[in-house]
Amino acid sequence: MIKITNLEKNFRIHQARSGLGGAFRDLFQREYRTVHAVDSLTFEVEAGEMFALIGENGAGKSTTIKMLTGILTPSAGEIEINGFDPHKQREKYVQSIGVVFGQRSQLWWDLSPLESFRLLRRVYHIEDEAGLKWQERLIEELDLGSFIQQPVRKLSLGQRMRCEVAAALMHKPKLLFLDEPTVGLDVLVKQKIRDFLKSLNETEQTTVLLTTHDVSDIEALCKRVLVMDSGKLIFDGQLDELKQRWGSKTEVVFQFKRKIGKEELAVSLSPFECEINPVSEYALAVLFTHDKLPLVLSAVMGSFEVTDVAIAETSTEQIVRNIYSTTSETNGVASHG
Amino acid sequence: MGKLYAELIRIRFLTLLAYRVNYYSGIIIYAINIGAYYFLWGAIYSGQGNLAGMSLSQMTSYVAISWMSRAFYFNNIDAEIGQEVREGKVAIEMIRPYNYLSVKTAQALGEGIFRLFFFAIPGLLLIRLFIPFQFPDTLEVWGWYGLSLVFAFIVNTQINLLTGLFTFFFLRNEGMMMAKRMIVDLLSGVIIPISFFPGWTASLLQVLPFQAINFTPSMIFSGALAGKAAFTAIGMQVMWVVILLVPIVLLWKLAKRNLIVQGG
Repeated sequence: MIKITNLEKNFRIHQARSGLGGAFRDLFQREYRTVHAVDSLTFEVEAGEMFALIGENGAGKSTTIKMLTGILTPSAGEIEINGFDPHKQREKYVQSIGVVFGQRSQLWWDLSPLESFRLLRRVYHIEDEAGLKWQERLIEELDLGSFIQQPVRKLSLGQRMRCEVAAALMHKPKLLFLDEPTVGLDVLVKQKIRDFLKSLNETEQTTVLLTTHDVSDIEALCKRVLVMDSGKLIFDGQLDELKQRWGSKTEVVFQFKRKIGKEELAVSLSPFECEINPVSEYALAVLFTHDKLPLVLSAVMGSFEVTDVAIAETSTEQIVRNIYSTTSETNGVASHG
Repeated sequence: MGKLYAELIRIRFLTLLAYRVNYYSGIIIYAINIGAYYFLWGAIYSGQGNLAGMSLSQMTSYVAISWMSRAFYFNNIDAEIGQEVREGKVAIEMIRPYNYLSVKTAQALGEGIFRLFFFAIPGLLLIRLFIPFQFPDTLEVWGWYGLSLVFAFIVNTQINLLTGLFTFFFLRNEGMMMAKRMIVDLLSGVIIPISFFPGWTASLLQVLPFQAINFTPSMIFSGALAGKAAFTAIGMQVMWVVILLVPIVLLWKLAKRNLIVQGG
């Protein structure tokens, strides 16, 4: 369904000189620097998949989405989605996709969402009867009924975002792009949107591509994750795999009956490679690789009187933080004169 | 296709109606403009029966009708394109299965029809209570006027599209838009009829598209261009429509290739 080969995008960015003199010199001669926003990106997606594209700010996610949606022209490489070349066959191609930009509205600000929907039905040449039926379903599932008649400018962010999702789906696209759809939303609204996307994926087999900074979005929706850093794809695989690769450490917090020093515990755990951090006078946290979990547990329980044990599974959030911190150290910033 | 453009025009209507104060003040502004120019020209003529081949009563009709035409052909789509490019909203336009420039033109038409019926005609009727106008007495003249007004709209919109398209390359373009607005108002004959310009400028204006925007329809309306002359003038308008299409298509192709979406 989506096939991307060696996709690249370079931008020429004007380097402003500093100071008044510099600004004056810029009037006559400008210096430019080429930035490789997206660099040899290759991946494939099957129909009906839900997958997430994650990465730090400036990693090239948005640029990628804009190329995939036909807005930007790639500098090199090939994109084939739904059998189209997005940029060259833009007007035909966009009939088959829906896009939600979390930070940009596609509704008409001064009109009610209902008017926007009506216009969108015309834009996509949708027959009235089938279109209205589908619209009714969207309104019901996203629970828009109570504010659908108000001008968009009077809606809350959560209400507006749900309308944005409905607007993007008005023409029943086979592929839905969501560019940071949950930025700034409260937990309940996030949940509602996620539930809706899940049911949409199940009933209509809609393929969903999501970019996000919110790890709970990924956990709730996606099996497959793509991680980008400085324009390059550094991971493509299942969420579990991602956890194994970057989140191999497990943390266990032991609560003891009496005060135990860090050194005291270290002695009995000496056969294992682990890190011990004090949590409070009676509690210590032990950090080690997941496969040693039974051994560590039995060693500690055998030698001390333990009142409570808490095993913290590494959260995806933690993993993402790990990825972000390690990759930017090793790769540096991709800038080329 | 037709349904889409009808819907776009309808939406523009609704958007303009959403702000009532704008609407009422619009009528008053049109009335003031027409009134001011009427008294200005009255002072300039001050008793002389004929200036540059136009009588005072012809001039009065000219002023009234040139403002009425302007209500129809005038639009701000260049500024709108500029804003959409600057704020990155153009991204939303590119994910829709239509041609951005045609959509902008349809919106401009919606705005034009709205202004004509809700600003210009009420404004004109209001001011007619105080100032006498001559309206054409034959249906033929009305027909020629209507036709040339449509072409006036197209030429002006094309010029706006061109100025708007430059924003794709310069990102900030307000200066050029302001200059364009003044130039169009001056050289199209809204402020002074073209026949009042000195000889060499008048011949220069013959080879520029601006008089197709206002001078041609207004002259047809006031009866100064009739029969064969009217026909030739409309032919010139059509020629400009075709000529201006070329740079628009080229710039649009280039703009799409170089598009940089601002922000996000």
